[in-house]
Amino acid sequence: MESLLSIAVGVLFASGIYMMLRRNLIKFIFGFILMGNGINLLIFTVGRLTKGNPPLVPEDAYTMEGAVITNFANPLPQALILTAIVIGFGFVAFSLVLLYRTYTVENTLDTDKLQEDVLPEVIV
Amino acid sequence: MNPLLTKWLVLLPILIPFVSGSFLLLFRRQVTENSQNLQRQRNIGIFTGVLQLIAALLLFQQVLTHGILNVQSGNWPVPFGISFVADGLGSLMVLIVAAMALAVNVFGLSDITESRQNFSFQAIYLFLIAALSGAFLTGDLFNLYVWFEILLISSFVLLSLGNERMQLRGAVNYVLINLVASSLFLAATGLLYGHTGTLNMADIAVRLSEVPTGITNVLAILFLVAFGMKAALFPLFFWLPPAYPAPPVAISAIFAGLLTKVGVYALIRVFTMFFVYDIEFTHTILLWLSGLTIIVGVLSAIVQDDIRKIISFHLIAQVGYMIAGLAFYTDLGLRATIFYFIEDIVVMTNLFLLAGLIARYGGSFKLSQLGNLYRDRPYLAILFALSAFSLGGIPPLSGFWAKLMIIQASFDKGQLLFTLILLFGAFVTLFSMARIWREAFLKKTDEAYEHYAQQPELFDGTASSRRNLYTPVIALTALTLVISFFPQPFYRFSANVSAELLEPSRYINHMFSEANTKSPFADKYAEDTKSDKTKESNETKEGDSE
Repeated sequence: MESLLSIAVGVLFASGIYMMLRRNLIKFIFGFILMGNGINLLIFTVGRLTKGNPPLVPEDAYTMEGAVITNFANPLPQALILTAIVIGFGFVAFSLVLLYRTYTVENTLDTDKLQEDVLPEVIV
Repeated sequence: MNPLLTKWLVLLPILIPFVSGSFLLLFRRQVTENSQNLQRQRNIGIFTGVLQLIAALLLFQQVLTHGILNVQSGNWPVPFGISFVADGLGSLMVLIVAAMALAVNVFGLSDITESRQNFSFQAIYLFLIAALSGAFLTGDLFNLYVWFEILLISSFVLLSLGNERMQLRGAVNYVLINLVASSLFLAATGLLYGHTGTLNMADIAVRLSEVPTGITNVLAILFLVAFGMKAALFPLFFWLPPAYPAPPVAISAIFAGLLTKVGVYALIRVFTMFFVYDIEFTHTILLWLSGLTIIVGVLSAIVQDDIRKIISFHLIAQVGYMIAGLAFYTDLGLRATIFYFIEDIVVMTNLFLLAGLIARYGGSFKLSQLGNLYRDRPYLAILFALSAFSLGGIPPLSGFWAKLMIIQASFDKGQLLFTLILLFGAFVTLFSMARIWREAFLKKTDEAYEHYAQQPELFDGTASSRRNLYTPVIALTALTLVISFFPQPFYRFSANVSAELLEPSRYINHMFSEANTKSPFADKYAEDTKSDKTKESNETKEGDSE
């Protein structure tokens, strides 16, 4: 199961980075979403996969002296992923609005064209 | 000391701006309706700044007398739950944040236009300050990530508030690169969690010693890239020059003073607590990156025409100097880094504010269009000269002491080539500052004079706006002068912090002390089980007797 998820993480990262390197900035956002999902899956995988057990530590199973019990699910990665998903959603929403705003001003979202020099601003 | 008081003191620098910001956001609709409410909102913003400064001072004083303080959220014992820790470096940074935030907010009263203030500028500014304080006080890696994100989303809004073309372009650069940086940070945190099974910084530091160096090196590079983007290290700084000059100077000033420094702070934390097992590898990379940052930063600065861009490139070069001290990983090097931190944040913030004043009176940010300012504004010229030449490292100004310490540390390390780079950077910085001085202040030009003769309201402004604009600049210049002429207390404090950073065991031992690791319910639990047992034994006795 771990190796399958690792491959999925790799594919998500690769496609995300490929999309991020495109010239169109909207595709960059899609790439970011893909990579974000890859990272969430990564955190989930490194947090020890357990099948069919609730995240409850049996009362008599855990001692401070270091007896480690592994047959319960690890709830922490899920809490982390939930936080990361919410934050990622906020970022995507903000970036889309920003890109839309930029598009209405510049009439393009092509990174090469956005590089052209800006006219000097009137200050103060 | 009263433990309850400690808890509140550690949390107050985060809570004060956060609560106040939320309050302002809630009443935004009513505020936009008339200007009296806008004024009220500004007053609340300034008042919050003062409260924050008092809280930060109290916290700093407590940390000075009692050492490291910490709070566990939800009273969880140490490796569990989120810790907030105020150690020397953290409390120092919170104090600097509070001071700079207040100064810049006062400047912003007259610099940020009303239309921007109407879009709840104050609330978002306060969220930014809360997130900065949170990032400096947290003792949990994932929590650090969350504070970074709050900080980023507030800075995105501040950067694009106003929707000017230049701002939008800068914001696109800044937002997209930061999306990548935070993704990398999150991925690196996930992997670190996978190897250590914990997110508490003290606990990670302990457990990383058992992880093979090959893996820690990979993690170190991931963190270096993620934080290097935020700190604007070479070659990850290309987002900064278009972004920082774009918004109004008050916002640029707070970004320049504090935002890149969060990245530097995170690098210092990570490379003194976590990744110290293969210094040959990690810190050598840091060293050469910092050298290249200095060279590219100062050389790019001398070809710019816009004052804000010149200062932005110097900001990048200064980050190089700070990282150099960290890369030496010696006592003197870290002392220099901390001293540089204190000194540079004040000077950088002040230089951006001064650039705003120059543009206000000279009519432009471009050196080619400026002139006559020494004749017309001699006091402004003196204020600018003090900060600019401190940046250039002229004795006895504060920048000189900082650069002297770094160069001394470099000599101690036997890095002769690197010392030459440091000296070269200082000379070019001085040249660049002299260039601004010559072009903007000494040059005689008719063009510039005509420009502001047409706009008399810029030339003088009202008395209250002059007061708002000059008070923070004078206060920050005074602070620079204090650091310049009385560097001893700052130096001594830097030495304390450096000792703390070189010996993370102090931090770790504090976190794992008896008081922190003991669950507050342990006694109760013990009592319960005891009473259960006695009950059981009673029952068995009763059973026996029957």
